[in-house]
Amino acid sequence: MVIKINYLVLLAIFSVVVFSSGALATTEIICASTTSTENSGLFSYILPIFEKKTGIKVKVVARGTGAAIEMGKRGDADVAFVHAKEQEMKAVEEGFFVSRHDVMYNDFVIIGPNNDPAKIKGIKSTTEAFKKIAESSQFISRGDNSGTNTKELSIWKKVAIDPKGQKWYLEVGQGMEKTQRIANEKRAYTLTDRGTWLATKDKLEMVIVLEGDPSLFNQYGVMAVNPVRLSESAGAEKVPFIKYKEAMEFISWLISKEGQQAIASFKDKNGNQLFIPNAK
Amino acid sequence: MDSIIEAFSKAFTLIINFNAELLGIIFLSLKVSGTALVVATIIGLPLSALISFKKFPLKGLFISVLNTFMGLPPVVVGLFVYLLLSRSGPLGFMGLLYTPSAMVIAQTILALPIIASLSNSAIVSVEPIVKQASMTLGATTLQVSLTIIREARYGIMSGVIAAFGRVMAEVGAILIVGGNIAGYTRVMTTTIALETDKGNFELALALGIILLAISLFINSALHLIQKKGMAQTNR
Repeated sequence: MVIKINYLVLLAIFSVVVFSSGALATTEIICASTTSTENSGLFSYILPIFEKKTGIKVKVVARGTGAAIEMGKRGDADVAFVHAKEQEMKAVEEGFFVSRHDVMYNDFVIIGPNNDPAKIKGIKSTTEAFKKIAESSQFISRGDNSGTNTKELSIWKKVAIDPKGQKWYLEVGQGMEKTQRIANEKRAYTLTDRGTWLATKDKLEMVIVLEGDPSLFNQYGVMAVNPVRLSESAGAEKVPFIKYKEAMEFISWLISKEGQQAIASFKDKNGNQLFIPNAK
Repeated sequence: MDSIIEAFSKAFTLIINFNAELLGIIFLSLKVSGTALVVATIIGLPLSALISFKKFPLKGLFISVLNTFMGLPPVVVGLFVYLLLSRSGPLGFMGLLYTPSAMVIAQTILALPIIASLSNSAIVSVEPIVKQASMTLGATTLQVSLTIIREARYGIMSGVIAAFGRVMAEVGAILIVGGNIAGYTRVMTTTIALETDKGNFELALALGIILLAISLFINSALHLIQKKGMAQTNR
């Protein structure tokens, strides 16, 4: 008898655990985006406004830009919100995405240890700073084909240095926060978007050593997965699962006056505006 | 050292005042891992009985493979399930990627070999006299099998407990197939990983303590049942 009761208890525990939250009434789309937009808190600020207006729930999977675009190409997302314009334009050209729009911008900054061992402070040009870091310190690279990584590699290209495999160059293959953290522990330099930096700087013993160079401009764009191209590559007649209509609704809202205002009014916990809307 | 102590004290404050979001995350963890465990047991128990009672070619090899799969790297399982469930994959039409169901599938794959293998060990180590006795009493093959499984139930339970520990602690697979979507597929382990990245060590640590406490609670409950039952069997 005792055993019977115990089994009942066990069953009760399991049934509570198995209890399902039930069906969802709203339409949902998956947005492949980047750590900088998700972890800065932007999405948790603007998405409820959008959901309230349209009833569409946007679920965000935060990856690097490269991985986010790949997600769209495979049909695992309905819309991509990323920050590497060249990569985005290429994916549009290949037909995987349509309706790409500029949404907002901020900028990249170079950060380094508090005491700035490579003496980067005072240098105005990004290329000069990169050269100096290469000569006298260590650089931590995202190494993950993200928007930040793409920008960084374009700078190395400009200064005609091939950093791959160099002793002073570490490709960590991690998100922005973890990359900053590794730079922090290793007393090294890295390139970061300002949004993530403002969100994490209190926890790091690092400072901005260079900012304001026009080449550090960081444009964010949004684009919808092209269901037609996807069905071609799948060899199917039509892929019914891409929620193109809802994705376009999301894009239209982001670039509308209302969406742009929502982005502009988003502030981090210290009251900084992280993203400046610039949809045309 | 100070920072660690500080983290602990902040962690406890967070636990005392824990909010709805935190509760949601804890609940989802239990739901995903619990469901995976139930599914893995439903499949794994008959499978282990089959392995234990039937003779078939390459049985030894099969058991070795099963034992090896007890150590499946979660990221590999995650990748495998991802490719399977991706819209471009064979099961893409089901639309399961980045849902709690995908996480359940991945964790079931992780739990299954542990339950099947440890149940098998428990069943084969039941005293042969049990089998002989029940046969003498005129039991059918099915009845004999059920009697043996009943004898082995506490060993089987150890397997389930071990599998529970594995899936509750797991992060690699569910991160890949769940996508760590806030409020939807974000569970305790993926939150801990994320908050550690963000440098919110207090929150990460608080979650870690809660995770351990839940595991301790469930394991104690299971252990209690096991101990009571064993005492009764031996009486």
